[in-house]
Amino acid sequence: MWVMWASTAVTVGLLLFIIGFILKRGAHVLSWEFLFTNPRQSGALGGILPTVVSTIWVSAAAVLVAAPLGVSAAIYLAEYTKESRLTRIIRSGTEALAGIPSIIFGLFGFAFFVTTLGLGWSILSGGLTLGLMILPTVIRTSEEALRAVPRYYRDVAQSLGASKWQSIRSVILPAAAPGVMTGVVLGIGRAISETAAVIFTAGVALRMPLSPFDSARTMSVHFYTLTMEGISDDMAYGTASVLVVTILLINIGAYSLMNRLTRRYR
Amino acid sequence: MMMIARTRAWVATARLSDAMIERCLLLAALSAVSTLALITLFILREGLPVVIAEGPWAFLAGVKWAPSRGAYGLLPMIVGTAVVTAGALVVGVPLGLAGAITLAELAPARARTLLKPMIELLAGIPSVVYGFIGMEILVPFIRERGTLGGPGYSALAASIILGIMVLPTIIGISIDALEAVPRSYRDGSRALGATQWQTITGVVLPAARNGIVAAVILGMGRAVGETMAVIMVAGNAVQFPGSILAPVRTLTANIALEMSYASGAHAQALFATGIVLFIISLALNGIAGRVRGSRRKATP
Repeated sequence: MWVMWASTAVTVGLLLFIIGFILKRGAHVLSWEFLFTNPRQSGALGGILPTVVSTIWVSAAAVLVAAPLGVSAAIYLAEYTKESRLTRIIRSGTEALAGIPSIIFGLFGFAFFVTTLGLGWSILSGGLTLGLMILPTVIRTSEEALRAVPRYYRDVAQSLGASKWQSIRSVILPAAAPGVMTGVVLGIGRAISETAAVIFTAGVALRMPLSPFDSARTMSVHFYTLTMEGISDDMAYGTASVLVVTILLINIGAYSLMNRLTRRYR
Repeated sequence: MMMIARTRAWVATARLSDAMIERCLLLAALSAVSTLALITLFILREGLPVVIAEGPWAFLAGVKWAPSRGAYGLLPMIVGTAVVTAGALVVGVPLGLAGAITLAELAPARARTLLKPMIELLAGIPSVVYGFIGMEILVPFIRERGTLGGPGYSALAASIILGIMVLPTIIGISIDALEAVPRSYRDGSRALGATQWQTITGVVLPAARNGIVAAVILGMGRAVGETMAVIMVAGNAVQFPGSILAPVRTLTANIALEMSYASGAHAQALFATGIVLFIISLALNGIAGRVRGSRRKATP
């Protein structure tokens, strides 16, 4: 039995080691200046400002796609239908989409958004691709959140004369909001850490994006380029530290939101 | 009278807009399925021409990949993917199962609330960071170790990194499977005099078997589909690996490495690589869903 505990300790130890290793080597690079100045010499010197801005833009675009679609889909699945052939198709399609490797999303986004729709390598192409990629996460988490809202909320709302949509909009959705937000926040996390799907859709241009049609290099892509082209180890560790800290904060945020939901309906 | 008529009208519009809203929501619900359809369409449209031109067999079983000379054989990459995926399971399954058993069966509630989010965090770490850690620590370690040697960038390095990356998948889904086993199973077993360990191995694990198998299959899907971390540590040489210390190239790496400069038939061949990857992912997902589903029916 101690083997079980030891293995778990190894798993948790790996997590702590990865975070600690990156932060230890990157800490001396981290500063407000690093975040808020432009890179020089392909990123060997200076900061990472354009990649921070690009990451925010691309993730925001992804959320603008995934949140309305995903939450609406979840409302339909949780509130409007009984299990049927149609819901089975919707559910298995969502599951299947969740299992598609991100590089396939990259290929698809390149063929569809970049080439066919003519959006080019841009914030828009990258955001749309990532939005579709995180859609299953948002749908699944939101549906669970909606289902966690007790039955009597619906009964009371409807007995007061609210129509179905009225009761969803003003009673059920607010009650499920923390859980829905968790899904969105986790989706943002995936969008920020993704590389394979954005590198072929948002591109790699290392400059400040000025419009949604500009190419943008996200932090993950920048970090990948810094390491693979051997541009600067220091800057790579620094960028990785920013990434890891961001993901850490996002996960903590998502977790505390979820906690709030479960505490509400325990 | 006026009042009643107005209320009726109000109820009627509410019903009408309810129906419209339902239709809009249904459209949104179909978005994931439509995305899947669009992906299928575009990958096939871009990739099929080269498969037809080369012949599917020559494409899948061809041993030579030399785009500059028009040779598109995928077999080395298929073998590469199989090798690192198998390696990832060798690393990830024992660790993952142990983690799931600890969290679901052994750990006190307080330890669980602390450990579970940490393991979910492991899933949140960007794959480029895993790849980087592999490059900085694992690859030099393998290269400089007397008994190991080789270039370091190898199937072994990729297997270990992927083995860590599949842990959250395996642990998360296995925990769900273990927690779905009814309490009465454990109580019954303990009442018959079995120790906690005998209960876990003799009763709980067999009852959760399907869920655990599904967890392993989904972990496999994760390993097959991972791209950036693998590129950074696997060496990416197009060859059949002579040993686990030799460099390999996976299907995902093949696409990502050449996509930035490919054009014409070469680009089509990369999309065709995507088709193979797409089919493998769908198949693994389908199998996992089926294995999991059959269990749900067995124990209501």
